[in-house]
Amino acid sequence: MFDKSNSQPETGPFFARDRSWHPPAYTPGYKTSVLRSPQRALLSLGSTLSEITGPVFGHAMIGELDNDLIHNFARPGESAIGERIIVHGRVLDERGRAVPNVLVEFWQANAGGRYRHKKETYLAAIDPNFGGCGRTITDADGAYAFRTIRPGAYPWPNGVNDWRPAHIHFSIFGHGFVQRLITQMYFEGDPMIWKCPIVNAIPDRSAIEQLIAPMDWGNTVPMDSRAYKFDIVLRGRRSTLFENRREGN
Amino acid sequence: MAQSLGYLKETPSQTAGPYVHIGLTPNFCDITGVYPQDLGTALVNERTQGERIVITGRVFDGAGAPLKDAVVEIWQADAAGLYNSPSETRGSADPHFAGWGRGPADAVTGEFRFETIKPGRVPYPDGRPMAPHVTLWIVARGINIGLHTRLYFPDEAQANAADPVLARIEHRDRVSTLIATGTAPHYVFDIHLQGPQETVFFDI
Ligand SMILES: [Fe+3]
Repeated sequence: MFDKSNSQPETGPFFARDRSWHPPAYTPGYKTSVLRSPQRALLSLGSTLSEITGPVFGHAMIGELDNDLIHNFARPGESAIGERIIVHGRVLDERGRAVPNVLVEFWQANAGGRYRHKKETYLAAIDPNFGGCGRTITDADGAYAFRTIRPGAYPWPNGVNDWRPAHIHFSIFGHGFVQRLITQMYFEGDPMIWKCPIVNAIPDRSAIEQLIAPMDWGNTVPMDSRAYKFDIVLRGRRSTLFENRREGN
Repeated sequence: MAQSLGYLKETPSQTAGPYVHIGLTPNFCDITGVYPQDLGTALVNERTQGERIVITGRVFDGAGAPLKDAVVEIWQADAAGLYNSPSETRGSADPHFAGWGRGPADAVTGEFRFETIKPGRVPYPDGRPMAPHVTLWIVARGINIGLHTRLYFPDEAQANAADPVLARIEHRDRVSTLIATGTAPHYVFDIHLQGPQETVFFDI
């Protein structure tokens, strides 16, 4: 590790993305990818300022209930139905360093596996007290936490009998636009994970395991909520120890 | 055995799924009262410097159908070519221009829309100026990992011809997939995921 103990914003280029660790674009087991996957080779580009910069969001934009999905859509005095859980973790970069001020957004189905969306047709009931979205910003240690209910599994039209394992969708904003990432978190011990065509779009089993949050008994709040820990790793910046300099620069 | 390098692996991507609008633009899909407004809807205010432009477009699948569940995000420099980012070391960007926008595809037409400004020129790492451009990132159901591309402007033919990134495109007939159509102030940028007009996407 090349950790440098200064607080200057980093401006270096990022490590190249290891695309063998991510799902490829074309994964016919997940049928929608067939017509939505680029077929030409990507243009490999050493990142320029347009990619290594990115917006940073302020803690001021976060409302008091933004990280509480049990209450942020509920009528006053009521709460969402389901198993109460806390999801927490840290956002790190590939060099293992905390990434502060990261906007983390999340969305999910309700306890019965139903989304609040007009195109959603699953017969499970809508929970009048559950909207299904939340957000937070990581602190100086890269840590984040939110409270929610454990989402239900749901069937989806892909194969004849495909079900999504219980999952929470995550959108993560690092400091460079190339760190932009959307992923999904799964729950330890769920046998449905290994049957899911979307999960199995990821070729490497240990990469899939990186998306499975273990139950965190130590952080369980007695008589209130169980906890799951989900750490997220964003692309790291190359060290700028000996960057090439053009003559005269 | 050598020492371990100790690097972590990037968290693998998963598709944004059909309901990405719930998470990223809840007000747009009728989940109101959680956030006062959706993020990334207003790039400019009355004090933003620069030429006002509108960018609209659609994302098409391999059968030529527009995606109605996509989200497109844009990132661009201000009118002077500076990014509103802590990693920008060349100066201070216009405080009235965020530079970042989030455009949900319309549920009926699939159209996304950004009201922004024409960006200034930004240098390539070797110092040559790049042509004015907007960086885009596209996610949707069926897209396993977000797609990066760029929009260039049709009325910048000279700058585009000298652009170091466009120059990297081997098949020259594909350069046009990165150049918007329309005329100021309304540019149109359609993105094709597949087919003869497949947009050039970047590994950056
Ligand atoms: Fe889902």
